[in-house]
Amino acid sequence: MSWETIIQRLPEIQVAMLETFAMIGVAIPLAVLFGTPLGIWLYNHAPGGISPTPKSHAIVSGVVNMVRSFPFLILLIAIIPFTRLLVGTSVGTAAAIVPLTINAIPYFARLVEQNITQLGPGAVEASRAMGATRGQIIRNVLLVDAKPAIIGSITITTVSFISYSAMVGLVGGGGIGDLAIRYGYYRYETETMIFACVLMVALVTFAQWSGTRIARWTDKRVTA
Amino acid sequence: MISLRHVSTTFAARGKEPVTAVDDVSLEIPRGSIQGIIGFSGAGKSTLLRNINLLQRPTSGQVWVGETELTSLSSEQLRQARHQIGMIFQGFNLVNNLTVAQNVELSLKFAGVRDAAARRRRAAEALEIVDISEKASGYPAQLSGGQKQRVAIARALATKPEVLLCDEPTSALDPFTTAGVLQYLADVNREFGITVVVVTHEMEVIKALADDVAVMENGRLVERFAAHRLRDTGFTPATSIGRYLVSEGITVDRSGPARQTVSAAEQTQSPAERAEATAATGGPGESAHETPDRILTTVQGGGRL
Ligand SMILES: Nc1ncnc2c1ncn2[C@@H]1O[C@H](COP(=O)(O)OP(=O)(O)OP(=O)(O)O)[C@@H](O)[C@H]1O
Ligand SMILES: [Mg+2]
Repeated sequence: MSWETIIQRLPEIQVAMLETFAMIGVAIPLAVLFGTPLGIWLYNHAPGGISPTPKSHAIVSGVVNMVRSFPFLILLIAIIPFTRLLVGTSVGTAAAIVPLTINAIPYFARLVEQNITQLGPGAVEASRAMGATRGQIIRNVLLVDAKPAIIGSITITTVSFISYSAMVGLVGGGGIGDLAIRYGYYRYETETMIFACVLMVALVTFAQWSGTRIARWTDKRVTA
Repeated sequence: MISLRHVSTTFAARGKEPVTAVDDVSLEIPRGSIQGIIGFSGAGKSTLLRNINLLQRPTSGQVWVGETELTSLSSEQLRQARHQIGMIFQGFNLVNNLTVAQNVELSLKFAGVRDAAARRRRAAEALEIVDISEKASGYPAQLSGGQKQRVAIARALATKPEVLLCDEPTSALDPFTTAGVLQYLADVNREFGITVVVVTHEMEVIKALADDVAVMENGRLVERFAAHRLRDTGFTPATSIGRYLVSEGITVDRSGPARQTVSAAEQTQSPAERAEATAATGGPGESAHETPDRILTTVQGGGRL
């Protein structure tokens, strides 16, 4: 194990870390921004939801399943025209954010749907009896009670997509995972690969740790 | 105050036999009274109660509360009308991530009270009524079942409703806590003249609280009588189900000789059928445990359990 190799690679490692932060830092907030309403919609319109519309629910649910079941690498390539349209190029970190986000939205939406469904019908029923509007039920009851679970889902999504982001090297997305693959797999620089992997593990551990702390802090269902 | 006119509710699930949970029920509940509704599990009590505020819209029939026919309202009008009809549940149904005070304020928010200070003040008043002010800043997880139900009562009362619907309000509570919660229900009925409807399968609750009892079986209202008659020793309800419900309850005999088998017929008999059989033979005959005015369920030590 030679530290010189790693020290020599430090500038590149630094750039790669920043690329990873950029990808996760843009893709995850966008996934939360679009995935949360989509998840609420899925809950709301499911059979047995607040305003069931089984037909359109089946269609949207089908699309969500389709995007989720696409192997990520194939999705990455399949949407290249769309990526180019959106960010003007099909290579680089900015271009990699598009498929990451598109994959993360339905992923996160399903988690949010689960988080809300798991609450059970009790508080919704009480709210309906109190004459609440649908919007009031969602804002004041469902999102309030599901908040710790949704924070947990943000954590899960972040962790999964740190690992997914390693695959975007294919479109020149960069990032720390891509660096590990390039140096470890193609150039046999084991030190650099191990170091990059350690950084990824640290990143995931930190994301998980902070997510768990925040979720626990917002959860009033159990007495501390 | 509440008038149900030929109300029926049928649940039709695809590929299944439709279930008529409420079958042509007509019921007049006078203003300021406490109406008990009793029956076995699945009799349709909850569905009938949910018909009153249209949480479950009846398949046919009319529902009147006060001067309003709820069944004729638009969904927006119905939402407004519900502010006059409080409801509490067996499972309390509080919002776990909100404090006790915030839970009560929620009903005021839903009722359109815009001013946050007014909501806080009125929530504090409502919590005062059920003597739980000291828990105002706590969360539901920090409360006992009885305390949670009192918060739920405060939440229902905060909007000053004319009607309070209670679905098994004490079924998750021990007898002592039950007595406390029932006392609060009696108090709000007396002090504010709120019309109370209580659904329960516990005759104790009816005896303690109700003015009038409606007995349900298989979706039908089979019998009605004044609750005070339950205190007359000679009173016998007209229907077998009524007789079973006023009987003193379940008795389990653990002292008799061990029986080898329990006949299949006996195992599948519902309590109502047992009551019928008991009524027909004038007592629980063949099992030879003579306890005349009780329904006897024989479970011996080594056999079934
Ligand atoms: N949403 C529903 N969909 C289908 N069937 C239902 C629904 N709600 C109730 N039922 C059926 O209607 C019948 C009456 O149910 P209900 O809940 O009113 O009974 P209950 O008297 O309140 O019973 P319990 O004492 O167990 O609460 C039951 O057969 C039940 O399975
Ligand atoms: Mg019920």
